[in-house]
Amino acid sequence: MSYVIEGRTGPWEIVVGLEVHAQVISQSKLFSGAATAFGAEPNSQVSFVDAAFPGMLPVLNREAVAQAVRTGLGLNAHINMVSRFDRKNYFYADLPAGYQISQYEHPIVGAGVIEITLADGSTRQIGVTRLHLEQDAGKSLHDQHPTKSYIDLNRAGVALMEIVSEPDIRSPEEAGAYVRKLRSILRYLGTCDGNMEEGSLRADVNVSVRKHGEPYRTRCEIKNVNSVRFVMQAIEVEALRHIDIWESGGTVQQETRLFDPNRGETRSMRSKEDAHDYRYFPDPDLLPLVLDEAWVAELKAALPELPDAKFARYQQDYGLSAYDAATIIDDMFRARCFDALVARNADPKDSANAILGAFSSKLKDLGIDWPEVLSPDWAHLLEEAAAFLAAKAAGRISNASLNTLLLGMGAEPRGAALEGLIKEREQVSDTSAIEAAVDAMLAANAAKVDDYRAGNVKLFGFFVGQVMKAMAGKGNPGLVNEVLKARLG
Amino acid sequence: MFDLTLAQARDGLRKRDFSARELTDAYLGAIAALNPRLNAYLLVTEAAARAQADAADAALARGEAANLTGIPLAIEDLFCTKGVRTTAGSRILEHFVPPYESTVTANLLRDGAVFLGKANLDEFAMGSSNMTSAFGPVVNPWTRRGDNRPLVPGGSSGGSAAAVAARLALGATATDTGGSIRQPAAFCGITGIKPTYGRCSRWGIVAFASSLDQAGPIARTVEDCAIMLRSMAGFDPKDSTSADLAVPDYQAACHRSVKGLRIGVPKEYRSEGMAPEIEAMWQQGLAWLRDQGAEIVDVSLPHTKYALPAYYIVAPAEASSNLARYDGVRFSSRTDGGDLTELYENSRAAGFGAEVQRRVLIGTYVLSAGYYDAYYIRAQKIRALILKDFTDVFRTVDALVTPTAPSAAFGQGEKMDDPVTMYLNDVFTGPANMSGIPGLSVPAGLDNQGLPLGLQVLGKPFDEETVFAVGAAIERASGFTALPGIRAGAVA
Repeated sequence: MSYVIEGRTGPWEIVVGLEVHAQVISQSKLFSGAATAFGAEPNSQVSFVDAAFPGMLPVLNREAVAQAVRTGLGLNAHINMVSRFDRKNYFYADLPAGYQISQYEHPIVGAGVIEITLADGSTRQIGVTRLHLEQDAGKSLHDQHPTKSYIDLNRAGVALMEIVSEPDIRSPEEAGAYVRKLRSILRYLGTCDGNMEEGSLRADVNVSVRKHGEPYRTRCEIKNVNSVRFVMQAIEVEALRHIDIWESGGTVQQETRLFDPNRGETRSMRSKEDAHDYRYFPDPDLLPLVLDEAWVAELKAALPELPDAKFARYQQDYGLSAYDAATIIDDMFRARCFDALVARNADPKDSANAILGAFSSKLKDLGIDWPEVLSPDWAHLLEEAAAFLAAKAAGRISNASLNTLLLGMGAEPRGAALEGLIKEREQVSDTSAIEAAVDAMLAANAAKVDDYRAGNVKLFGFFVGQVMKAMAGKGNPGLVNEVLKARLG
Repeated sequence: MFDLTLAQARDGLRKRDFSARELTDAYLGAIAALNPRLNAYLLVTEAAARAQADAADAALARGEAANLTGIPLAIEDLFCTKGVRTTAGSRILEHFVPPYESTVTANLLRDGAVFLGKANLDEFAMGSSNMTSAFGPVVNPWTRRGDNRPLVPGGSSGGSAAAVAARLALGATATDTGGSIRQPAAFCGITGIKPTYGRCSRWGIVAFASSLDQAGPIARTVEDCAIMLRSMAGFDPKDSTSADLAVPDYQAACHRSVKGLRIGVPKEYRSEGMAPEIEAMWQQGLAWLRDQGAEIVDVSLPHTKYALPAYYIVAPAEASSNLARYDGVRFSSRTDGGDLTELYENSRAAGFGAEVQRRVLIGTYVLSAGYYDAYYIRAQKIRALILKDFTDVFRTVDALVTPTAPSAAFGQGEKMDDPVTMYLNDVFTGPANMSGIPGLSVPAGLDNQGLPLGLQVLGKPFDEETVFAVGAAIERASGFTALPGIRAGAVA
């Protein structure tokens, strides 16, 4: 059932396209050697090129190009072996050159596709129109002084990838799924940290509505939406605004709008008449960007496994449920920890249970998250968990003991003491010992045995518990069951 | 001492006939005496020049002479010089002191040159007369016979050309976007070369039109230019359009014979109404080359007539964007306003002169939505055709020879009423910028008013060596020894 909004005049379909600006992970800026770390002192990461001093010239950062190519490959997109940089001309105080270097006519990456999965488990293909490289602008700070604006150029010239979708998105949910999926791909690729609060990932949302089967109606662009939730909210309120205008006999005007999450509304930023004439033209300071086939092939060969491939592998090779697979993959670092356990020969299903259960709880206790588990300081956690999982797989310890042992992990590596911990919880699989314990228990609970034999079969669990208690939890649960059943016959 | 060419002065320094300090002091003295009349220098860096000269003497004493050790040069004020004010001839950069040294000037310093000061120019290199400088026009050291009215030195590198012609420097750096090295060299009776686009780094040179701008030397002789270019040129990773090619020994190329070279004469340059004197000098130049064994061949560059109109679309388009950074926010002069837009408007209205404003407006117009295809795209297509014209003729000839400019130096205030008349100065020089090929101007004679005229040699991309060889052959044959009235060592 597709998503529609019921208006006074009937159902409305919404049409959404997204332009996502993703800051490229790179040591230096797109056209200068200045650093790109977030949160540095204002104007401390600015070269003369970034500040557009006279005679300064841009030199393209090879790593930023590699990141764009990786991203294009990760989006199953066409890589354009020849692309070009253009100047987008406009005046603003945080745009030192008076133009932004961008790729207007000939982007580095052409058409691609992103598959999204919705809550009901269905999937949809959302077309990617293009990806291009461009410079970020600096920041204007208007709240530092009553009459003056402050300019911070740290961000000026940082490489951005603008990833433009086709207008294929039909609901707020799909938009949310698209942004999350794109963010996940970028993170897996290591091309953007996807951190929306820090502004590393921002979305411009194009929204229009139409009756089923109609051509597109006028759209509005909502600029710089900085969370998945706000993207979904903005689409909904903007669509309702459009429907209200159309149903009142009005006409939606093409314009650029801003979303105000506090008020839950969008408001006009500038109308089409006020739109800038950017006077795009090829940047004469830069040559066309020509990629080498072999280099692109090298980048392709070195791509990490991406979420879709992982999702398929976890189900096919490891027999995980779709839900468990998706949950593990949702956090790239969690998936890496899972892969690390499996790589240490741990059973995949037990590993998944541990990762989603006791191991995860333990991390909360320790106040750390999955990325830390992959760091040298916490490397012992994976070693210990793998040892416990191996013991479980070998039938040496029960699942309950496994969880107890996982919850017992801490900041200090146990090293040689590990084997002793497992031994302490080792199961007794010696049939004669189990038979002795069962017999003793049955003898001590003769009345209950009669009760059981009279039909109160629920008591079986009680008997198991009593035997296990008597064996200090180490009795092999399978064998205990077997012996009990035989005795109670 | 002022009669020495750069090559001769270099020999004298190496033989210790005189010291670098003596040479520099002599030039500083001449500047002090004559610059008030010529306005060729906007800034004289005396103390730094003397220190550099002393360092040169120390190097010479150690026997460590580099290509230009101790040679006093003028630096066009478009080249950023570390710690030394660089104005681009504009009010908007009146107080700009770059914290960096342009690659070309850094190369010259590496090779031991002494910088006397910063040479005047048309504002942002936009002009053919040096009348657009915010700091007053430069006076051409030449005057018409029996007429003391001041003439223009040409432009935009008018200060560089006047300084060299009046012997206020042994050579000068200059830039050429549509003829700004070659036309002033011709107007001042000296030599200048615009090398192939990409030969000299543009890093640290205030940009006018990035796809056309190219630095080069202005000096008294072809050989002097060759010596200077050797130091100025070279690959620079900081300029993405810089050519990663070895720099040849240009000085040696000046001594190559032109025997057997095929010299093309483009018929489209023989415009209606060309001054008979210019035509005669052109024929004379070709005859000199024929006498030295070159073969003269008539060729056609069919798209020549479109070059100038296309140039005056491309150059302003790029300039309108390149000059957007002068907005009053950072390094440029600021004139405050009520809001940001007013600050821009006021700063740029006060900071830019009329010619710069005109070109920014033209450039903004031709890039605008709805006009871009009709102007900019078509101009780029014409540009490709112009390059094809040259590529085609260079399959059959080694170099082309044409006049440098359609006239000799004109008077200050002449040709000022109509910008298009002024733009016609670039008619013979602009195509080399549109196609990127190298072009040299060498003096070939005087007109009947006693003013110098120049011939232009155009060559294949990155074949400056043939250009130098042909230029040197014309220079040898012309025996041009005339000197301007205003010059160091002569009281006018």
